[in-house]
Amino acid sequence: MGQKITIEPVTRVEGHGKVTIHLDNDGNIEQTRLHIVEFRGFERFVQGRPYWEMPVLVQRLCGICPVSHHLAAAKATDVIVGAGTGEGLTPTGEKMRRLMHYGQMFQSHSLHFFHLASPDLLFGIESDPFKRNIIHVALEHRDLAVQGVMMRKYGQEVIKATAGKKIHGTGAIPGGINKHLTEEERDYLLHGDDYMNIDKMISWSQDALEFFKEYHKKNKAVIDQFAEFPSSYLSLVRKDGALDLYHGVLRAVDTEGKKILHDVDYQEYYKYIDEEVKSWSYMKFPYLKEIGKKTGWYSVGPLARMNTAEFIDTPLAQKEFGFFKKYNEGKPSNKPMHAHWARLIEILHSAEKIKLLLNDPQLMEGELVTKGNKHLEGVGLIEAPRGTLFHHYKIQENDMISMANLIVSTTNNNQPMNEAVNQVATRVMTGKKEITEGMMNAVEVAIRAYDPCLSCATHAMGQMPLEFEIFDHENMLIERKFKG
Amino acid sequence: MTEHTPNILVYGYGNPGRQDDGLGVKLTETLEKWITDNHYSQIRTDSNYQLNLEDVATISAYDLVIFADASKEDVPDFRFEPLEASDRVEFTMHAVSPAFILHLCNKVFNHQPRAYLLHIKGYEWEFMENMTGKAGTNLKAATEFLQGFLRNLIQSDC
Repeated sequence: MGQKITIEPVTRVEGHGKVTIHLDNDGNIEQTRLHIVEFRGFERFVQGRPYWEMPVLVQRLCGICPVSHHLAAAKATDVIVGAGTGEGLTPTGEKMRRLMHYGQMFQSHSLHFFHLASPDLLFGIESDPFKRNIIHVALEHRDLAVQGVMMRKYGQEVIKATAGKKIHGTGAIPGGINKHLTEEERDYLLHGDDYMNIDKMISWSQDALEFFKEYHKKNKAVIDQFAEFPSSYLSLVRKDGALDLYHGVLRAVDTEGKKILHDVDYQEYYKYIDEEVKSWSYMKFPYLKEIGKKTGWYSVGPLARMNTAEFIDTPLAQKEFGFFKKYNEGKPSNKPMHAHWARLIEILHSAEKIKLLLNDPQLMEGELVTKGNKHLEGVGLIEAPRGTLFHHYKIQENDMISMANLIVSTTNNNQPMNEAVNQVATRVMTGKKEITEGMMNAVEVAIRAYDPCLSCATHAMGQMPLEFEIFDHENMLIERKFKG
Repeated sequence: MTEHTPNILVYGYGNPGRQDDGLGVKLTETLEKWITDNHYSQIRTDSNYQLNLEDVATISAYDLVIFADASKEDVPDFRFEPLEASDRVEFTMHAVSPAFILHLCNKVFNHQPRAYLLHIKGYEWEFMENMTGKAGTNLKAATEFLQGFLRNLIQSDC
């Protein structure tokens, strides 16, 4: 009997996603889809608002990664106020923003690895769902849980010191930044008591990488073969090819590593990238125009960045990058679970960058803001934790926003996540009479590797049901499960 | 303040950019002035878009924690209740429940502060800064109640 299986919403990812898997009468996979069922309309909402509000206003988009939106919007408004595209800021302005961004990257990746991914790695994808969570990590691997909590807290403290406050931070403004780092803030982040200092963070970042590599040695099939599929990859890179999470040129490579987008200026991204609308999802499907809708899709995020970059400019992360590249024989890794590895390399890189910046006296003195001639359009790109984030604004002469286009990281990964779902569902569900909890989690693990964020930023109590439904070939509900 | 007076944290969470979702944060902002005016040095406030795992470390430093949040539940204006720790895993781990934070605090730091939850009834959740009039009325009532609760707590320890 044909079945339609619905997993709704996906656990441990943001917002409201739904996976449907259609099986035919023989139990083979007919079709898989990851649906995004919420529509936010934020791009229309900001029309008619003054451009200088954008760096604060866009933080309403998401309570998970407001710093990424804050900085991408600030970069777009830099162009509007004539401060250039990332390289026109004062040294203090750029370095303070970078410090904020590395803090965001450090805390977000730490949360993902220790609290979202580690339960799957420690206990197994098909283990008892009751056990597969951070509470049981704390019970059985307390040191890991402590590290995760404190690394997350440290990153938040960096953000607080640079953005000014945790909610609706105001640090980045059009053309620069509105504060210096104080001596007290610097000393706290450099030499804080207990665990709260940068040397401990670097040490723990290295420990986490060792933990992963040790796990990898013993579980090659899980890490190397789970949901593997060919993909193109896109990210910002520095002009010399280095990994750069804050600014650079746009590069894409194909599954063999050949450049298919040649280090272009992101102010003209729309010449190279378009978005396709599909009737079954509110989330669009971006693609490279030159290659076309069918095969022009690409992946973004930590794994994409490892695949596009040629080197890393901090020594400890570069050493790990070398191991990663050697393991993949110098070619892009098409293994979604390698995203965990990539994320850990970026945690270490971010910690090293934070230490360098904290020791830089230019964060505590110097000009904060640059201004020039006004422009009526600006594009801001940043490598958010989940991947490349695009903010594009046009304004009228009276400074009001007339057009906004946002391509968020999770949207860029829309097609890759669908591909991953299809790979896993085909592998674990084909021909099976019963769909088990472990099979459903395997699908979710594939999605979680992309760390998607579908958040609407509201969280009021009683809003988070977890539902699983199975329909027969006539779309009759035959089973419903609730999670959480 | 005596040595018996608990260290108290009032933690409001929500997104003030989504109308009534910001009720918990607004409560802490209102309370800050009251704390300063009354020299209640044993009370601290904190706020964020949502609770997350680093808050385990934050609450571990306190004896008593009061979480304040907007609520869609069927409560008249506000509801104040003791909070029990829970290991129930929520839909998302990017934002977690106060009961989960409390439970994890015990497991990670071997300390579980006494805790309460203050639900404040909200009505609208769109992309707007200002809360609804009815939510504002509920916030006022909840704030006055909490001030009385905290005042009694401190006075009973003096």
